Amino acid sequence: MLAIDVISTIFMAAGAFFMITGTLGLLKFPDFYTRLHATGKCDTLGQILIILGCIIYEGFSFITIKLLLVSAFYIFAGPAGTHALMKAGYVCGVPVWKKGDKRM
Amino acid sequence: MMRAMATRNIFMSSCTSTTMMIISFLAVGMIIAGTILVSSYRAIAGPGTFNRVVAANIIGTKAIVLLIIVGYIIERPHFVDIALMYAILNFIGTIIVAKYLEKGELCSP
Amino acid sequence: MTNNGRFFSIAITFCIMFLFWLLFSAWTVYIPQSYDMSQVFKGILVALIVAFLTHEIFLPCRGENILLKSRRFVAYSIWEMWQIYLATIDVTKRVIGMLPVDPRIIEFDTTLRSDLALTAFGNSITLTPGTITIDIEPERGRYMVHAIAKEPADSLTVDQIMQKKVAYVFMEE
Repeated sequence: MLAIDVISTIFMAAGAFFMITGTLGLLKFPDFYTRLHATGKCDTLGQILIILGCIIYEGFSFITIKLLLVSAFYIFAGPAGTHALMKAGYVCGVPVWKKGDKRM
Repeated sequence: MMRAMATRNIFMSSCTSTTMMIISFLAVGMIIAGTILVSSYRAIAGPGTFNRVVAANIIGTKAIVLLIIVGYIIERPHFVDIALMYAILNFIGTIIVAKYLEKGELCSP
Repeated sequence: MTNNGRFFSIAITFCIMFLFWLLFSAWTVYIPQSYDMSQVFKGILVALIVAFLTHEIFLPCRGENILLKSRRFVAYSIWEMWQIYLATIDVTKRVIGMLPVDPRIIEFDTTLRSDLALTAFGNSITLTPGTITIDIEPERGRYMVHAIAKEPADSLTVDQIMQKKVAYVFMEE
């Protein structure tokens, strides 16, 4: 039992670390597009790792299948949402930050 | 008899938590709540509409994970159903807002 | 669409819908006490109706070599998981400041034409290190991509590893 607890805690800690990184990128990066880079990737991996920790802790039951369903849905839906926001910003003419410009 | 067993089983999780696991679930939940608080700065002060939409999308993603964690803390893992519904609602909301900002209307022929 | 293919597609859609019904109507975590028979019969009825109405949307019957394609897709998605991990490490280094941030927008052409292949490649671009899809022109297979630095852009335009993998999976080389 203790081994399962330790392994799932390690997975959840790694997921929480990547979520913190995504939030720092959301605050630090200079531009709308680069902020989407930070959030779209870090949150996907963080969410997968935390749900994987919950799956290891849970064992096998109906809850496990539902957790897998949440994770798989997010893998397919997250990039689609990111792409929709990116295209909307590009069509509306949000300026692209080049190296050396001022932050916006 | 069957009905009584069923209603009792709703309130019992499939696993009984140890103290260490409750502590680690609490720590991860508090970290995620802190990141929600920090990223709401971008939702309030971000320049322009699009930064606010990004922040709202990210807060929704973190809320899905927070729902699952809270479900384990209070030993009702059936919060997963609510998390799945919230994932679908978050995705549809993001798509609709992006489409509206892109075209200026929702149902173009 | 042949009669045989239509039956095949309805059967697969019915099986998947009925599995979802069983999953979501079991509201305790133990199997034996969760169902009574009337609920299961209602589930069969509803799954049949939904399968007749939507099987053309769910499984379009152009499936040549569908078993070979799905086997290749499983191998591809395992490689994609490793790419998600690499992408997050890359973004983490750029947040900390070990790698520079130098964004640019690039365009390139591919050989992909079908909707499924275009969508899969767009999602893969978003999940691999340093690049996000902005726009797709389906007629020419032209992608517009926002890259965060020079090396990720070069990995798409010069090396073209992922394009070849996606074209191999969906047989559109």
